[in-house]
Amino acid sequence: MSIYIDNDTQVIVQGITGRDGSFHTGQMLEYGTKIVGGVTPGKGGQTANGVPVFNSVAEAKAAVRVDATVIYVPAKFAKGAMQEAVDAEIPLIICITEGVPVNDMVGIYHQVRAKGLTLIGPNCPGLISPGKSKIGIMPGSICIPGKVGVISRSGTLTYEIVHALTGLGIGQSTCVGIGGDPIVGSNFRDVLPLFENDPDTEAIVLVGEIGGDEEEKTAAYIKENIRKPCFAYIVGASAPEGKRMGHAGAIVSGNAGTAASKQKAFADAGVPVAKTIDEVAENVAKAFG
Amino acid sequence: MNIHEYQAKALFREAGISVPEGRLATSVDQAVSAFEELNAPIVAVKAQVHVGGRGKAGGVKLARSAEEVRAAAEAILGMDIKGHTVHRLWIEKGSDIQREAYVSVILDRSAKSVGFIASAEGGMDIEEVAESTPEKILLFGVNDYSFPEAEARKAAAQLFDGQGVDAIVDVLHKLHTLFLEKDLSLVEINPLVLTGSGEVVALDGKVNIDDNALMRQPDLLELRDMNEESEAEIEAKEKGLAFIQLDGDIGCMVNGAGLAMATMDMINLFGGKPANFLDVGGSSNPEKVVHAFRYILAPGNIKAVLINIFGGITRCDDIARGILKAFDTMDISVPVVVRLTGTNAEEGKALLEGSKLIPATSFAEAVKKTIALGKGEAA
Repeated sequence: MSIYIDNDTQVIVQGITGRDGSFHTGQMLEYGTKIVGGVTPGKGGQTANGVPVFNSVAEAKAAVRVDATVIYVPAKFAKGAMQEAVDAEIPLIICITEGVPVNDMVGIYHQVRAKGLTLIGPNCPGLISPGKSKIGIMPGSICIPGKVGVISRSGTLTYEIVHALTGLGIGQSTCVGIGGDPIVGSNFRDVLPLFENDPDTEAIVLVGEIGGDEEEKTAAYIKENIRKPCFAYIVGASAPEGKRMGHAGAIVSGNAGTAASKQKAFADAGVPVAKTIDEVAENVAKAFG
Repeated sequence: MNIHEYQAKALFREAGISVPEGRLATSVDQAVSAFEELNAPIVAVKAQVHVGGRGKAGGVKLARSAEEVRAAAEAILGMDIKGHTVHRLWIEKGSDIQREAYVSVILDRSAKSVGFIASAEGGMDIEEVAESTPEKILLFGVNDYSFPEAEARKAAAQLFDGQGVDAIVDVLHKLHTLFLEKDLSLVEINPLVLTGSGEVVALDGKVNIDDNALMRQPDLLELRDMNEESEAEIEAKEKGLAFIQLDGDIGCMVNGAGLAMATMDMINLFGGKPANFLDVGGSSNPEKVVHAFRYILAPGNIKAVLINIFGGITRCDDIARGILKAFDTMDISVPVVVRLTGTNAEEGKALLEGSKLIPATSFAEAVKKTIALGKGEAA
């Protein structure tokens, strides 16, 4: 099994005619993802990547069953695109777009929850259930199907971790890139219970970074609620205070949000914390050995 | 992005929040004429730098005469406050302070809401207040963009023991409007004062603007003070690179913020010192790589460079072309270790064959090699 997405998940692409949207629609189709349409206002009725284009999410939903939507529009249109998906009540919304103004996310975040929908991102690589389906931009070639769930705040770092796991023959059930912004739709604590309840996931890898207090809260949550073995890796120990490390969320201010505080929280919760990427994979391998 | 106190106060004034009258000065003479124009018995001469604790550092002085203003301005201009050189002064009329409080509107990333913070302990470091006497901090928030009138009123009543409640609520409401309209991540008044005549005035102001929103806030972008920011970092950003200068001697070029941080951490872990954070971003064209080399090598003390690429959107052959172009057009004399994995890695490696570049297969191997070469050892 897997979480969020599998072979049957029907997906639409918002921004399908844009450069990134078009390229990654091709990649997703090649991987086997069921793309059933795209949305670009004003281009309804056309075809892109062999799938029909609609003027709006609502129009797409009226024509086909939509389980998930993935958003590739530029940052200034991202809020509007997410709002459209929320209004159409698409159960799973994945926003890849980077650079979304943070205040735009306050309203979206709470609307999504009030309606019982799921939002992944923004500023995330999306998710992949290896061998079944991928939504977003993760390279499918580095993943193999298996029993480890991966949750990560970063993009390329996720690929690196998955690559290391795959290198040791450890496959993945689902890899979820939750995004690097201060407010993202789903946090570690939203994804963890799904892995806990997924019969085919046997261990969980968490990749965190400096900034905010999500990792600390997650560590406490794991201690109380998660029985499956968890493994953590935190980056940003060498980041100076007050400097934003690329991701809008990755910033240390005062004593808050440091790598040391997050590492300690996980260690205190009994979650092994790796110092290097290879060590994460080795820790998982040892536990399964 | 941060702005200066005087710029924050201009935003406050425009929004209808009372601030003391003042003038900007960039020279001692200007400071003296500002004092004469203000025609006040007492003024505050305040250093304008993007850093807290100006008062403790001697960057704020009261003056009662042209001579005192001259002396204060001479002392403060050019002063170094926590690594920031003072180039600008704000001269403002002194206020008759009866009481001091703290108010702010913030993005509360923990609660995912618009947060309000208020405290009767004004004029102090609010983080210290929160640490030592958390009961003196009032915190409330909203999950949408509405103004929490009732909670604001309740908090306002506690700041000056029931005095000036309507005025404080009005200030909070205006800060909230500014916060939303200007895409701020923080707007703070510390202290917000109650004067002898019962007026509520913002005596200081701090504003932090969400970098992601600057694209739709062109007016705020003009408030940027290049003396306060690294020119290289801003310029790099315009070229699509996220770059931060650090103080080590191992340069690094990585794709992705998370992997870039992991690379810095690994360099530290294996006994090296990273010279920078650099994320070349996705869809890297060769030109970006050339620019990246310029920023990395600019400090002049760089001993070795590590290029660590995990191709997803980024294509390794693009990166390889960029590296070759950089070697063609620049004089690169330090060892450069390259690790290419992922999309088009084989094509990229083939392009680099026969060049001066030192290949590495794994992340750890690449880091160890770079550090060894930086020390002049054989890798």
